[in-house]
Amino acid sequence: MIKHESIETNAGLLIVLTLIVISIGGLVEIVPLFFINDTVEEVEGVRPYSALELRGRDIYQREGCYLCHSQMIRPFRDELLRYGHYSLAAESKYDHPFQWGSKRTGPDLARVGNKYSNEWHVAHLVNPRDVVPQSIMPNYPWLLEADLDYSDVQDRMRALKMTGVPYSENQQEFERNVAEFGPAIAEKLDILRAEETLMQQALANDYDGQRSRITEMDALVAYLQVLGTMVDFSKYDEGYFADFR
Amino acid sequence: MSETKAKTQGQVVQTTGHAWDGDLQEFNNPLPTWWLWAFYATVVFAVVYWIFYPAWPVGGTFTKGVMNTITFTDSDGSQKTTHWNTRSLLLKELQEGKHAARSREYTEKVAGASYQEILADPEMMEFTRSMAKGVFGDNCAACHGAGGTGVVGLFPNLADDAWLWGGSVEEIETTLREGRYGFMPAFKSALTDRQLDDVASYVLSLSGEAVDADAATRGEKIFQTSEGGCYYCHTSSGTGLKSQGAANLTDQIWTVADVSGAATPEDRKAAVKRVISNGVDRRMPAWSERLSDAQIKLLTVYVHELGGGQ
Repeated sequence: MIKHESIETNAGLLIVLTLIVISIGGLVEIVPLFFINDTVEEVEGVRPYSALELRGRDIYQREGCYLCHSQMIRPFRDELLRYGHYSLAAESKYDHPFQWGSKRTGPDLARVGNKYSNEWHVAHLVNPRDVVPQSIMPNYPWLLEADLDYSDVQDRMRALKMTGVPYSENQQEFERNVAEFGPAIAEKLDILRAEETLMQQALANDYDGQRSRITEMDALVAYLQVLGTMVDFSKYDEGYFADFR
Repeated sequence: MSETKAKTQGQVVQTTGHAWDGDLQEFNNPLPTWWLWAFYATVVFAVVYWIFYPAWPVGGTFTKGVMNTITFTDSDGSQKTTHWNTRSLLLKELQEGKHAARSREYTEKVAGASYQEILADPEMMEFTRSMAKGVFGDNCAACHGAGGTGVVGLFPNLADDAWLWGGSVEEIETTLREGRYGFMPAFKSALTDRQLDDVASYVLSLSGEAVDADAATRGEKIFQTSEGGCYYCHTSSGTGLKSQGAANLTDQIWTVADVSGAATPEDRKAAVKRVISNGVDRRMPAWSERLSDAQIKLLTVYVHELGGGQ
């Protein structure tokens, strides 16, 4: 039996034992969710990010957008009126790490996709006050100038694949994705063709208004424009989602 | 220190028994009674909570709580009863909550009324203003600004008296529902630099700006003939065709060219010339899919009231 005094006078032991006691609190709250069947809703439409959107998400994290913007609409009436349908667990099942956030200095972005035009996003990111005079968001003009580095996008997708995101690396996995997401999306999830599909998406949509280049702005706007748009809520009765709680 | 001394005078207080640095000891006072009872109360609360609310994981599911269900009307119209959870709670609140019911009562009243009835009824107008302000703030203000003043050259000003696509309630509703595509071709390759200057001078003269008269005369010729063809959309009087969303050039209101922001006559001409050279390519998205009919109606009235509605 360790005496209390020997713990209090031994900083190393005190730290270890404190960590153990605190983690019990966390584990008791978190671990059961991995085993409860209804944690993640069964909905159609949620897919992993395309290569371009994934790079946009990396930039979102690099610039620290999550420090001021949450991506989690809670099931309250006021949030519903302002942001739209509450977020589903399924909608962030391919996010590693998720971007729920806990601070809303700016508005929630969980359903910002397709709400504003690409031009608006570009103008807003370059200088938010050009379109929202009372905004306190910083300027991000370099996004429009910096060419997107996508030389390592395949490695980034491989890393996510290890955490369970269904990107495909061989014919068998590709066909599994065709069956699950359809051929058009399966192509975007193919690691081997990642650079090609990234360029295709950037050129076809021209998010940043500079057709000749693929900039970091292209990637970030592509990511923002897909947020919260994957699930078609008109397909489901509202009560259906309540069954998963 | 003196306080502690006074409290403990006359009684022996236990110490924890540890001594640091030879003589540093720690009192072991009993917990205050109020604190202890508050602690027991939280323990009792937790046990009660476990019984009535979802709490403990059991295999692949969890205890759902007893005697605590929520009944709401599902999207298909059927009644549905579930164990207590925040999603059902939200649905119930939206259907039966005091504020939601009151706002629905008014929304239905406005949705069922004609524009003339709404505009004539102070109570409905008050509701429209407060409700539409929120909808406008969430959906329109990003481009048109919280006050609807827009951004010169990018997003039209809704708070002035100029209406590119018409300012009647019916026209505003169409704009909201279907969106608009504002397009003017770029003339920088069709006209020479001097011709562009001339047309810009003429356009400014239409709104009574002092310009070089010779240049304006030359510009008029380009404007009013097939050389520039400006009159196709802006009409020969310069008042603009609503069906094309062509700006009225005679009303001294400039929303595309930044004339009011230019300090000198030269700058004003340059601002107009820039627009003629580069053209206009602006899109307003269609909102009929995103907003409900009632929301569009509220917004229509709101936008109509923002500026000088026609």
